[in-house]
Amino acid sequence: MKDQRITAHDEETGNHTAVRSGPLTIRDSVIRIAGNSQDGIQSVGAMLARLAGRSDMEVMTYMTIPATISGGPSIFQVHMGSGEVLSAGDAADILVAFYQHSYEEHLDTVRDGGILLYDTTHVTPDIDALRARRITPAGVPMTSLTIEILGGTGKQKGKNIFLFGLLARVFRLDMKKVRQLIRERFGGKDESVLRNALLALEGGYAYSIGDVMSLFSFETPSAGGRPKVSMTGNQALAYGAIAGGVRFGAAYPITPWTEVMEQLRQDLPRYGGSFIQTEDELAAISAALGAAYGGTVAMTGSSGPGIALKSEAISYAVMAEIPVLIVDVQRGGPSTGMPTNVEQSDLNLACHAGHGDAPRVVVAPTDVEDCFHLTAEAVRIACKYSVPVILLSDQALATRIEAFDMPDLSTIEPAVFDRNGTVPTHKPYPLDALTRHAPPGTLIEDGNYPNITGLEHDENGHPSASSKMHAAMTNKRRDKLSSLARELPVPEVYGPEEGEILLVGWGSTKGIIREAVDRAKSQGRTLSALHLRHLNPLPGGLEEIFMRFQKVLVVEMNDSDANGCGQLALILRAETCLKRIGGITKTDGLSFRVREILARLPKEELSTVT
Amino acid sequence: MTMNQTIPTPETACPASCPASVTATRANLKADKPTWCPGCGDYAVLAAYQKLLENRRLPQESIVTLSGIGCSSRFPYFVNTHSVHYIHGRILPFATGLSLTRPDLHPFVFIGDGDAYSIGGNHFDHCARKNLQLTVVVMDNHVYGLTKKQTSPTSPIGFRSKTDPWGSKATPLNPTKKLISSGATFVARTLAADPAHMLAMMEEAMDHEGFSVVECLSECVQFNRGSYDAAVPRKGGEFPLIPDDHDVTDEEAAYSLTKKAFPGYFGIYYKVRRPTLNEGEAEIARDMQPRPKGLVASEILRSALERLT
Repeated sequence: MKDQRITAHDEETGNHTAVRSGPLTIRDSVIRIAGNSQDGIQSVGAMLARLAGRSDMEVMTYMTIPATISGGPSIFQVHMGSGEVLSAGDAADILVAFYQHSYEEHLDTVRDGGILLYDTTHVTPDIDALRARRITPAGVPMTSLTIEILGGTGKQKGKNIFLFGLLARVFRLDMKKVRQLIRERFGGKDESVLRNALLALEGGYAYSIGDVMSLFSFETPSAGGRPKVSMTGNQALAYGAIAGGVRFGAAYPITPWTEVMEQLRQDLPRYGGSFIQTEDELAAISAALGAAYGGTVAMTGSSGPGIALKSEAISYAVMAEIPVLIVDVQRGGPSTGMPTNVEQSDLNLACHAGHGDAPRVVVAPTDVEDCFHLTAEAVRIACKYSVPVILLSDQALATRIEAFDMPDLSTIEPAVFDRNGTVPTHKPYPLDALTRHAPPGTLIEDGNYPNITGLEHDENGHPSASSKMHAAMTNKRRDKLSSLARELPVPEVYGPEEGEILLVGWGSTKGIIREAVDRAKSQGRTLSALHLRHLNPLPGGLEEIFMRFQKVLVVEMNDSDANGCGQLALILRAETCLKRIGGITKTDGLSFRVREILARLPKEELSTVT
Repeated sequence: MTMNQTIPTPETACPASCPASVTATRANLKADKPTWCPGCGDYAVLAAYQKLLENRRLPQESIVTLSGIGCSSRFPYFVNTHSVHYIHGRILPFATGLSLTRPDLHPFVFIGDGDAYSIGGNHFDHCARKNLQLTVVVMDNHVYGLTKKQTSPTSPIGFRSKTDPWGSKATPLNPTKKLISSGATFVARTLAADPAHMLAMMEEAMDHEGFSVVECLSECVQFNRGSYDAAVPRKGGEFPLIPDDHDVTDEEAAYSLTKKAFPGYFGIYYKVRRPTLNEGEAEIARDMQPRPKGLVASEILRSALERLT
């Protein structure tokens, strides 16, 4: 499918459009909007993404925001198409530049033969440089026209909506749907706000940008299938938690996790639950554990520094066997690091945070849709095995918008605990069964009430310093993970089942790795890929799969050791003892691009590696 | 249960059809034999708690006993209720999560001065200002006992410990003053050596609507012997009760009481009614209840997702 379509954005296929006569019908396109953080480009990007979702298109976005409150350069990239969209796109078909710095900083990201749409009020492009790369310049006085349209208020506001209208014209978007979106977005406010937004929109739509219009037309996707929802990864994560049964949460604000807690704070009361902001990270996980003990499915979350602070309580949750979901929206580390950049450098932390032997579950969603489904699954695992589950998202996934099929809620069974039951007798820590706590309020007929404790304990939760008991209880806590591992399906290989190179990934890189496999194929090189969602315990069958490839390269956004292995690569090496496992890592705080992965592949066919 | 579960409300959490409960008695509340040293003040605190529960004729399954880390925090093993022995300093936020999600229970927290005023001091301030529905009994012995005599945040200046062999130099924290300024709505002070007064303070604390704290001097006979003799009449001390004319709702008057030199006043320093966080959250839940009433979770979620199409 993918390799048959015409990809206008693909700089390496050479299918650029500017040289053709008449508009070329394209199936997908990448638009990069560059401005400052207060220009509202995120909101235009989000509306474009939502519109794409409503038009049955696939969509994926990418954004950067400065780590400052206001001001500072910011971009929003939207990749939308009627085929399968796997990533936010390597190169932009259209760059929208609001300022000179936007133009200078991002011109490199435009493919040869692409379009530069710029605000003539602020940008003076180098026409010769553009011509050399066959980039079509289209200057529009966005600022001054917006001011004119909105009655000369002189404010910068509205420029983004004017741009939305302009893009609607370029891509021949369905204006009925566009207007509807504007009404939804601004309808709740002062009437003049909506009126101004519609004026700016129509102004942009009416503006003629000549040549650009003749370059290509966007293919209207065939309608049908399930309705699509579009949202960010953080939103999907919050809804997934609710679907999974979470009814209490506690957290402390930290970028880029905060939006999850803000949304749950607003949404959970509608479901009879609550989400509170605590005084610190330690209190957050403690409050979640207290609620879980009380029989409410509970969660907490943070980003790297906060997860590190929670680690003592993570070990307690393992020892006391209290189910809890812990979300880590990773950012660049260590320490305060790069709060608004992406990195996958908390895998070791997630697997090992805490003291003592403290086996816990670690999972990582692969895209926005998976943020919904895997979060619900993480809750199920936590409750089934009475264990803390850490879910690793990241900054890129958190802020990315995707459109995906409306989830079928009838297939998701939310976890729930019986709070006020009656049992004849109860052991909180049976050696021959999974722990299932009896929350306070549970009447225990034989009159022996349970202790929940972080001390090593016997089956009733009373302190035990017996060496036999410590060994037996350690086994009990570890065996839960072995049981879970047996439940996990062997992951499927994308591409041939055996061959030269297997690319292994985890988390938000799934789409880009698959795109790398597809592009390599179009260039005559065969690759395969495998993506892991369950990182601790790992699913079975990995060693057998790895043995069928000469080289296993783990693609991850973290630092590598002397052997080129990143954090997951090292874990996989330890698990399988296979030296054929290596890594493709990077630490520039940005998402992988297809060409970055392809450039790092071994140049020639490998001889047999042992 | 499936997604079609109805949302539990406080009213439906414990339906009338609950099976017959057993009322707590000192006999059925007995659990492990306490491991405290002979003569430790903590025995009296345990006995007072058991008596309180018996007096109240509470259903045994509805009692929750929580603790942190330290000698005092062995408490849960010695009382047969639903109980939790948590980590050092963090039991108050743990109790926060429990209190907010279980309006049908009244959690009791037993901690020492290390948990309350040192490693968990920040949490104490925030629980106080949030005014959570729960009772905290601080078993304050002015020393770290379980780790065998180190300085505590309430150790007096000059106190010789293994970490201050030349005598403590730091000003001890004034618990009642700190708690009033943090926003606690019930602050009382008592002495383990006076069981009747201690029980009376626990009774008042339990009946208080909001965050109630009983600062209880409980002597460590091993590492701080005789430290509270000045408050024990039969050892030649005096037990100064808060004057009858003290207005417990007067914050300034409460502060001035905290200034009295050791052994200080005993009784209720401060008691006011302020909305609890539990009430605030319940109000939000009521206001946010989706219309029409009776929607199940899956229906609410579906409509939320449909707004994103």
